[in-house]
Amino acid sequence: MAKLDSKIPSGPLADKWRRHKADIRLVNPANKRKYEVIVVGAGLAGSSAAATLAELGYRVKCFVFHDSPRRAHSIAAQGGINAAKNYQNDGDSVHRLFYDTLKGGDYRAREANVHRLAEVSVNIIDQCVAQGVPFAREYGGLLANRSFGGAQVSRTFYARGQTGQQLLLGAYSALSRTVGAGLVELHTHSEMLDLVVVGGHAKGVIIRHLITGEITRHSADAVILATGGYGNVFNLSTYARQSNATAIWRAYKRGACLANPCYTQIHPTCIPVSGEHQSKLTLMSESLRNDGRIWVPKKKEDAKKSPNDIPEADRDYFLERIYPSFGNLCPRDVASRAAKRMCDEGRGAGESGLGVYLDFSDAIRRLGESGVRERYGNLFDIYHEITAESAYRTPMRIYPAVHYTMGGLWVDYNLMSNLPGLFVLGEANFSDHGANRLGASALMQGLADGYFVIPYTIGDYLAQQPPSSRPGPDSAEFRQAEENVTAMTRRFLASPGKEPVSHFHKRLGKLMWEYCGMARTRQGLETALQKIPALREEFWASVRVPGSADTLNQSLEQAGRVADFIELGELLCRDALMREESCGGHFREEHQHPDGECRRDDANFAHVAAWEYQGEGRTPLRNTEPLNYEFTKMSVRSYK
Amino acid sequence: MAASTPSKQLLSVTLRVWRQAGPQEPGRFVDYPAAGVSPDMSFLELLDMVNDGLTKTGGEPIAFAHDCREGICGTCSCTINGKPHGPGKGIATCQLYLRSFADGDTIVVEPFRARAFPLVKDLVTDRAAFDQIQQAGGFISVRTGAAPDANTLPVPKADADLAMDAAACIGCGACVAACKNASAMLFVAAKVSHLGLLPQGQPERDRRVLAMVQTMDAAGFGNCTNQYECSAVCPKLISQDFIARLNRDYLTATVRAAFRPTSAGGGGAG
Repeated sequence: MAKLDSKIPSGPLADKWRRHKADIRLVNPANKRKYEVIVVGAGLAGSSAAATLAELGYRVKCFVFHDSPRRAHSIAAQGGINAAKNYQNDGDSVHRLFYDTLKGGDYRAREANVHRLAEVSVNIIDQCVAQGVPFAREYGGLLANRSFGGAQVSRTFYARGQTGQQLLLGAYSALSRTVGAGLVELHTHSEMLDLVVVGGHAKGVIIRHLITGEITRHSADAVILATGGYGNVFNLSTYARQSNATAIWRAYKRGACLANPCYTQIHPTCIPVSGEHQSKLTLMSESLRNDGRIWVPKKKEDAKKSPNDIPEADRDYFLERIYPSFGNLCPRDVASRAAKRMCDEGRGAGESGLGVYLDFSDAIRRLGESGVRERYGNLFDIYHEITAESAYRTPMRIYPAVHYTMGGLWVDYNLMSNLPGLFVLGEANFSDHGANRLGASALMQGLADGYFVIPYTIGDYLAQQPPSSRPGPDSAEFRQAEENVTAMTRRFLASPGKEPVSHFHKRLGKLMWEYCGMARTRQGLETALQKIPALREEFWASVRVPGSADTLNQSLEQAGRVADFIELGELLCRDALMREESCGGHFREEHQHPDGECRRDDANFAHVAAWEYQGEGRTPLRNTEPLNYEFTKMSVRSYK
Repeated sequence: MAASTPSKQLLSVTLRVWRQAGPQEPGRFVDYPAAGVSPDMSFLELLDMVNDGLTKTGGEPIAFAHDCREGICGTCSCTINGKPHGPGKGIATCQLYLRSFADGDTIVVEPFRARAFPLVKDLVTDRAAFDQIQQAGGFISVRTGAAPDANTLPVPKADADLAMDAAACIGCGACVAACKNASAMLFVAAKVSHLGLLPQGQPERDRRVLAMVQTMDAAGFGNCTNQYECSAVCPKLISQDFIARLNRDYLTATVRAAFRPTSAGGGGAG
């Protein structure tokens, strides 16, 4: 049984981080260069961590499977980043951001972590502006803000509809500077395929070079995973096609606990699926809900009509009706489920009936078409490219889609997993969003972890490791891990089957969406838990992976990732089955209030479920970490 | 868009794809017919479909670069019918849909070709030279934690907006592939302008432009002869005006470097 010590510092909530920083061990500047740190992933969390640790003097090796760190999927975040600057003078504060995030997460996150996130949010904006991130500004030259779901203040900083891109390019520029200065050794086209554990501590990784196929061993004093979320377990999602769970899954199989995998976020405003060929779902930023109004026809018989032919009186602005105080800006899980209920009632729009309208006609009347274009022009263009429809003329049709995973590797307050020496940042960890993440908080968390948390907390671990004590890459553990990787590759290439990897990914995705999507039931999850192992067997028996191991082989890359997704999908369903309550993104139909809202069970489930691998074919162990709320009352979340 | 096909009428097209097993292997075009294609299918989804077919029939799938499939990561990079990212305007390859083509079309698909982008396999090239240019100077040197409050430095909205226009570059390399000289001027101009337009970017402005241009030249990119094909194919429609700004900055920095008195340096007091 894993030991889960959250290491939350004692003392008043607002003092915990400050005191902790003063109390934890330091590594002296001359010793820092004796420590080698591996960073896997170069999105917001990975790039910011690698750059900052290198500035501090650690020797950093950064591995990315992309051809450039700038390709990481943080780049695609559209809407913005939250920070408690209160530049709008509208009553925002660190405490309010803390409270909104905790409540938005349906009281399933740690108070101390979330408070720290809110505290450092203000530093992130300062840092990014100093790097030259071109945030939107007002005419006076000061920073502009907009509103996001789950908040009643305007605290979201943005750069048009490309905030993630601009923040990532900022972090990438910081990383590039340190690479250029010789402080970071950057390895592109390099995919982590195993974690090496020596004496119970994470001490290295096994890397496959995606162009040459070369397998290499890398040892270090600590390993940081910043490899993103696992939403592609659903196949169709707003994730990039290559986003994968391989690094965290292989770390899990080496003993790191995976926490709350069933907390998956379904984003309400995505472009609906158009056909079987589809490889990807495209998000329409939540920021659109600032000015767009969501509705469905009041009458079922109007569902197939053109939206412009449905008179105002026959439209049901259901979010405004059900949640009058937050309206269209209620949190994502709430908005998604409401949209699903409308479609389940038969009032969904479009041919498939799986869509609701996001209508800008009021905003166009108020701001003019040019005003709307200035705020959302690029999003309207994307919508037009995909659907061939103009959202200036007819309302957008949107439907919920998988967008983010709140679950991830378990970490303590220092962002260290239960495997000492393994740190996990950004979406790859489970720590700050509870059961539902608020909009514009992913960018905040990625950069908080990389710029402002790990640079302090990693020192506490390294200071306990004698300098230059890391094992060499020739030790038995490294050899065994490498053999593990090459054996898997051999097995794929020797598979006698006929079906492409994508065939299995699609089938897994459909299973997951049907049985473990927006609404889950015991019966459905039990069905999934029978079907997924069967799919796994079929995958290994009948997949075909063409080509060889010593060249660029995209089928081989995909095969490894999908093999991991199939296993992770099973764990996700198991976690969803065991959590007999509804909270945030996890909705069990058996546990709802009469009005269809989530019914939490704080008496039995106010805890983190951290799954521990027990070996091939054995049921994993469900460890729990209680969530102790010292400063906030766990209340029923209401946006009405 | 070149042609507009009404939704739901299925298409038959032929993909004529550049196949090359590796940088030292000979390359050639191979035809892949595809029938029953939905006009709502994206171009990359058509490649997915062809690849699944190749895998099932014992062939080797076409290697192509892709990731986000929403036009922002800059990974996808096909030259389609002779134009980087294909017939659309202001889009990346992944944002191209089959409704842009007509039934019976033959679609020619090649990698981004440029000396500084060596071919890896089939449609995949190596664009590491772009990273090297960034590492030479595409940044503002600011240590984490050292930044002043974000609102202490007002930036005129017009400057911030123009900086954002330049910063929108996704680093795909279409500008290079479109240029007959394989010049990377638009790419470099975008980064130099983005940072040079902001007050934060001033202290390193000269150093940045000199280092980035020098690295660009060393990587084997050609010179700009003002044809502006780069802007025409740019998925973010980055204006060629930034190239003028780059030239001006480079000239100013060169002149200033020649005349600027420099400190002899020397150690501190202890």
